[in-house]
Amino acid sequence: MSNAAAPQGAPAPGVPENAVTNSTTKPLEASTPVPLRMQVRNLDFFYGKVQALHKINLDIAGNRVTALIGPSGCGKSTLLRTLNRMCETVRHTRLEGEIRLDGEDILAQDVTRLRRRVGMVFQRPNPFPKSIFENVAYGLRINGIPANRPGGLAEAVEHSLRRAALWDEVKDQLHKSAYALSGGQQQRLCIARALAVDPEVLLLDEPCSALDPVNTAKIEELLFDLKSNCTLVIVTHNMQQAARVSDSTAFLLNGELVEFTPTPQMFTTPADARTEAYITGRFG
Amino acid sequence: MSMRTLSRKIVNVVMLTLTGVCAVFTVSVLFLILGYLVYNGGKSLSWEFFTRLPAPVGESGGGMANAIVGSAKLLFLAALLGVPVGLLGGLYLAEFGGRTVPFVVRYMADLLNGVPSIVIGILAYAVIVLRARHFSTWAGGVALGFMMIPIVLRSTEEFLRAVPRSMREGAMALGASKWRMIVSVVIPAASRGIVTAVLLALARVAGETAPLLFTAFGNRFWSPGWSQPTASLPVMIYTYAVGPYEDWHQQAWAAGLVLLGLVLVTNITVRLIVLRGASAQRS
Repeated sequence: MSNAAAPQGAPAPGVPENAVTNSTTKPLEASTPVPLRMQVRNLDFFYGKVQALHKINLDIAGNRVTALIGPSGCGKSTLLRTLNRMCETVRHTRLEGEIRLDGEDILAQDVTRLRRRVGMVFQRPNPFPKSIFENVAYGLRINGIPANRPGGLAEAVEHSLRRAALWDEVKDQLHKSAYALSGGQQQRLCIARALAVDPEVLLLDEPCSALDPVNTAKIEELLFDLKSNCTLVIVTHNMQQAARVSDSTAFLLNGELVEFTPTPQMFTTPADARTEAYITGRFG
Repeated sequence: MSMRTLSRKIVNVVMLTLTGVCAVFTVSVLFLILGYLVYNGGKSLSWEFFTRLPAPVGESGGGMANAIVGSAKLLFLAALLGVPVGLLGGLYLAEFGGRTVPFVVRYMADLLNGVPSIVIGILAYAVIVLRARHFSTWAGGVALGFMMIPIVLRSTEEFLRAVPRSMREGAMALGASKWRMIVSVVIPAASRGIVTAVLLALARVAGETAPLLFTAFGNRFWSPGWSQPTASLPVMIYTYAVGPYEDWHQQAWAAGLVLLGLVLVTNITVRLIVLRGASAQRS
């Protein structure tokens, strides 16, 4: 939590300062190698005949937050959705290249098992029309609750809600409909639901875009806490958010990965002219 | 200002009145029917009506207990056939199948929905009654079931399609298989709508007379089991209304009132279910 002050302390005054504050986040320097969790190699992705991603190469470090930024339609959400193969739920799509999780090819894996290891939180809160409890328990129920979990379902649900910083707000109304919660609470419920199956990687697709600043701050704070036992990949439209929460940032443009560097470097000394143009607000 | 504005104002008043009158007319037809039924049928509506068999021809009194039970049995059979077929077919249309198959099935279902009910009666007559060589509850139930299928199918499909993609993705992202997702998330989310559709379909076929005329036929006595002709409220209304006795006409009114009452109760129940669902989703 040493860097928890950073998100609050950086309301607006321009991205670079903000990023410098965040550089207290040590680890991603080359001197301290971090184990890679996921590797994307030469990834091409097509919607029908339209190519959405071109030869993407990306290394996702374990227990870090990797941010994907870029203008609308640049392919950042598509890239995120390839990481748990959610892209396959859209018809007429094609994926070429390689994606590895802990060295194993995810395309060869059982998709159910993969999605249990690589969880996802969506742009808009999408709770199921069930109670708060059942929402969190859903993943455990469909995957079969692991026998070694002490205390069973109730304890697992409480644990996940605590991790998503929602427990105190909902502990007395676990059996109420999830729709009774506010938007920000619903999004944290969705995070709790994703965490319940103990994913190793959590993908977040613009998780704060439908939320107000207070709830956004809560979720950003949550991301810092989650890093200790989870690898996070976040797509965001908001560059300040990328600067605040991420350790490394990838900038995508027209389906190509333009630049991928530690976040402080991205926002202070971008290598590519297009990155600089984007983060200084000249387009997008 | 004058001429143009004046003519505009006149047209406005005329059209407004016209639309208003049409709206009131629609509502008043319902109230006219309801009022007329209560006025005429209320008199002969008694405890006896619900508990006694029809009186022998020539005697007065008696009730329509056998027709009420007969209608219930027919609706039960209709639901037994129409609900599962409609539900599963709708599920297929909404969730599986590519583009052409659902298109064709949907079109056919709409056609089937438009087939005059008497033609469906002829079908059941040809397929069941002629082979069995007698009228039966079975035949009537099957005819009504055929009528329910397209209604249930189309509305099931629509309510399933209305479940947002985001909710489906939420389930799949947790590792749910497609079947699992459909059974545990999509169907529960659409269940209110589907229940509504089933009830409305039942209410709709409850009043059908034509398909029963030469399938379930009619019966002045109890109809034990499923393979004998049975009385039903709509057919009783028809028989009694065209009968020669004043006392029969009264009973036909009463039967009409009971039938309409059942349909209204179903409709109101459905509205309540839908309202409850809507408020639960909002708050």
